[in-house]
Amino acid sequence: MAGKSFFIDTTRCTGCRGCQVACKQWNENPGTKTFQQGSYQNPPDLSAATFKLVRFNESAEATGDPKWYFFPDQCRHCLYPLCKMAADAVAKGAVNLDSRTRAVIFNPEVKISPTDFKGIREICPFDIPRHDEKLGGMAKCTMCFDRISEGMLPACVKACPTGTMQFGEREDILKIARNRLGEVKHVHKNATLVNPESVRVIFLLKDVPEKYHKFAERKEATGTTRLAGLKRFLYPASCLEKS
Amino acid sequence: MTNHWIDLRNADVILVMGANPASNHPISMKWMMKARERGAKLICVDPRFTQTATVADLYAPLRSGTDIAFLGGMINYLLDNDLIFKEYVVKYTDAPFLVNADFKMPGELDGEFSGYNKQTSKYDRKTWSYQLDEKGLPKRDPALQDPNCVFQLLKKHYSRYSIDKVSQITGTPKDKCEAVYKAIGSTHKPDRVATACYAMGWTQHTVGVQNIRACTIIQLLLGNMGMAGGGVNALRGEGNVQGSTDHGLLFHILTGYLPTPMASLPSLKDYIGKFTPATKEPQSVNWWSNRGKYITSYLKALYGDHATKENDFGYSWLPKVDDGMQASWLPLFVKMYQGAFEGFFAWGMNPACSSTGAGKVREGLGKLKWMVNVNLYDNETASFWRGPGMKPKEIQTEVFLLPCSSSVEKEGSISNSSRLAQWRYKAIEPLGHCMPDAEIMNELYFRVKTLYQKEKGAFADPILNLTWDYGEKDEKGKVKHLDIHKIAMEINGYYFEDLYDKKADPPKLIGRKGDLVTNFVSLQDDGSTSSGNWLYCGSYTQKEGKAVNMMARRGKEDPTGLGLYPNWAWTWPVNRRIIYNRASVDPNGNPWDPKRPLIKWNQANPETGQPAGWTGDVPDGPAPPLANEKEGKLPFIMKPLGVGTFFGSGLGDGPFPEHYEPMESPLPENPMSKKHRVNPAIPVAKLQAVAKDPSFLFSADFKRFPYVATTYRVSEHWQTGVMTRHLPWLLEMQPQMFVEMDRDLAAKKGITNGEKVVVTSARGRLDCAAIVTDRFRPFTVMGTTVHLVGMPWCFGWQYPADGSGGDSVNLLIPFMADPNTLIPESKAFLVNVGKLSEQPSDQPTKKKRR
Repeated sequence: MAGKSFFIDTTRCTGCRGCQVACKQWNENPGTKTFQQGSYQNPPDLSAATFKLVRFNESAEATGDPKWYFFPDQCRHCLYPLCKMAADAVAKGAVNLDSRTRAVIFNPEVKISPTDFKGIREICPFDIPRHDEKLGGMAKCTMCFDRISEGMLPACVKACPTGTMQFGEREDILKIARNRLGEVKHVHKNATLVNPESVRVIFLLKDVPEKYHKFAERKEATGTTRLAGLKRFLYPASCLEKS
Repeated sequence: MTNHWIDLRNADVILVMGANPASNHPISMKWMMKARERGAKLICVDPRFTQTATVADLYAPLRSGTDIAFLGGMINYLLDNDLIFKEYVVKYTDAPFLVNADFKMPGELDGEFSGYNKQTSKYDRKTWSYQLDEKGLPKRDPALQDPNCVFQLLKKHYSRYSIDKVSQITGTPKDKCEAVYKAIGSTHKPDRVATACYAMGWTQHTVGVQNIRACTIIQLLLGNMGMAGGGVNALRGEGNVQGSTDHGLLFHILTGYLPTPMASLPSLKDYIGKFTPATKEPQSVNWWSNRGKYITSYLKALYGDHATKENDFGYSWLPKVDDGMQASWLPLFVKMYQGAFEGFFAWGMNPACSSTGAGKVREGLGKLKWMVNVNLYDNETASFWRGPGMKPKEIQTEVFLLPCSSSVEKEGSISNSSRLAQWRYKAIEPLGHCMPDAEIMNELYFRVKTLYQKEKGAFADPILNLTWDYGEKDEKGKVKHLDIHKIAMEINGYYFEDLYDKKADPPKLIGRKGDLVTNFVSLQDDGSTSSGNWLYCGSYTQKEGKAVNMMARRGKEDPTGLGLYPNWAWTWPVNRRIIYNRASVDPNGNPWDPKRPLIKWNQANPETGQPAGWTGDVPDGPAPPLANEKEGKLPFIMKPLGVGTFFGSGLGDGPFPEHYEPMESPLPENPMSKKHRVNPAIPVAKLQAVAKDPSFLFSADFKRFPYVATTYRVSEHWQTGVMTRHLPWLLEMQPQMFVEMDRDLAAKKGITNGEKVVVTSARGRLDCAAIVTDRFRPFTVMGTTVHLVGMPWCFGWQYPADGSGGDSVNLLIPFMADPNTLIPESKAFLVNVGKLSEQPSDQPTKKKRR
């Protein structure tokens, strides 16, 4: 499928958070009041004012070298965005899919009730959507739609000094991602590409995804809740197969 | 840096030690990543598992303050396993030179070198000398076998640094030591090269200079100096700190590293005689033999036509220090605390947070009559009088806060770690009444000068005779607006007379009166040239009758393919991108490493008419390579003997680095010597005798303060945070003072992650949020467990305004310094940590959407 994609090679990420602050700057999102709560990760979570957040996690076991995992979290811009399917049912136009770039874009001006928002957030496999309580709409990464429409790189990609983040045509990005995985496999046995077939923001992780973030990887919906069933139903089978 | 940022990509092995570039120099990681793509190994040696460590191929922990033990072990390993570049060592270093037979080392004298005077804590350096032959040149043994040759002494000295011993001192696991030594040692081959990157983790110790020297010894043994991808590279922590030292902002130097004149040198002749080294080595360039030209041209830049041969070019107007006077940071603040000063300019700095012993510094500010603080924001220094524990009513200091422009509101040059002077343009007009620093100085100068003109006063000449022609003057004679280009041109220098090359027949015109000097080779000691800073000669030159700002060049060509980019801005000296580059070729001028040929000597080609000469980087002098017995020159042109020196006879604390414990250490005794726990060149007893409160200097009470502490920066904040704490996006990411500790220590103290705790030292106490982390781990040192905690130094009480940021870690840090440079020991000291019983109100305030 055509359109744009990101490659986020966390083997090169140094946790400098240039991406996080560049995102705030471009989107004119405010800094929020935070506190040191025992981690470099701040603000503690994504919000209507934070579309990109480097998550910091570390090893639990005191054996071998310490591990410090950096996960520059953001919307994955799914090929088949569940948030759109869920939102279309309750608030038409709240979530849009750009035909050229295939960016998944929230319209913050479309009001969503807290209950409807809860459903949309829960259906997202990556826990991305956030509700702007004041304005009543939803907010998240826009793929820097205004930048990429003018041929510029997304702000986070532009700011990255280490080459962790790349952006381009999907076929090219997939090729780069697979090549890079081949290179790092020698050193990092557990290295994986996360959901490369179903998302446009493809992470390369050194280690198993759970160590980076609870929602790093899209899990198969299990169980028999209405939501789980909905996820299975809405997600085309072709996307579930890993090639 | 001997090399430059982009050159990091050329290395085969990168040693990052005493630095954390991933956090503090994020862009440098671009080049380190490029090196790794080529298969280079990145090694990180640090007390904590840093952001740099996360991308390193090899991480080795070490107890803070034990770098010399670790590096001494490396020197021993290289020598034991013959991992040296022997031809380089024999030809380009002092390894073969024979040393005075009376010279003794710490292994023989229980921790001291020969010549130590217990009363003064000073060394008589008489025995730290080479044996000379009848020509006055060092006697040498090219086979490196003579027991008195530098090489054998080095071997003997470091034979005491076995991996077992090193591991016991540093707490580094033995296999980690060996893995690092082996990787670095692999670069002893001519076509393999390692770079070493350091920052304040090496310098801010009472053995700071010797930490760096240990590194230079390693890089010389491996033949890595002068090579592309090699060198000893100081990662400067501030964008223009290279520029500040280049331009003489320290007490002991004028511009271009010319020593500050002393009272015992009353005439220019005395000064030149004292500071101009002579050499009997015919193949040595001995560049400092040009000292007289540089100081004279400097005086001409200051005083112009007022500087004449008859008045010693105004040398007597230069301020002098008393012999032995240490007008450095710590002594200045001691004096201030003692009430010795009336006034103080804190220009672009925040000593109330940035200085060690910050508590006493804040008290010291209260002893002043007035203080001027030039800064972007109000800060802990300008507002010290209303800070924690202060009684504003009792403080008489009058404070003037002058708002200055930020870097984007003014034009000028900035010199980065690569010695690269880059011109910056003004992006926006200054806000409100803010002025560029130079304009503030212009205002100040005019007023001071007017007062001297009106009221005369003592020693008016240095002010009245100063050249200050930086733009159009108003009717009162004040420069209306300062033209920063005029200053850059003055730094470069002018011809004061038509200058001819008299060796040519007929004499050839070098430069015309009033033109900009071409480069420092043209500078004269007869007053016919000026240069504000000889190193920057050539940065703003004359081409085809026009002044050309070389620092504003933006050419992206890379003819060598090594990333030198010679047409991008301008590097001192003479646009040389890698210094000591003559050491990158063999004595015939062929690159040691054919894959990365930095420079190369080419014979004359009679067919094309091409004369003999160098290609590549700007070589360290145009002379032919060493093998040319008549004209060839040795590579280390700044050293009188032309060679790199293992034997550092000019330092105050020993010609070879030796491990001493930090002033505050968890060990009662130095494992290397019983007699000297700490650096013997520090006059401990003398300092303690004059201090009212000796524990303020340091406390060796490791029972009361059992944990090693170190300090650092975070990516999000700049220095004390004055510029960054005011930026909501950055403050959001690092909002509050914290202390990081290992899980065992936290468990022992009942501290949970995120909890508010108190850190105490002999100087004071500080509230911090605890980060309990696996990135810190206990060390096993001399059979005991040592815990290390770490704190950033970017916070202060004044902002954020609600006080939630905390305060400066410098409140806890000792007031002790390296005996050579007087840099404070901030990176290793002792603290205790404990729970803070009452919980703070950590309730997030309402989020605002802009």
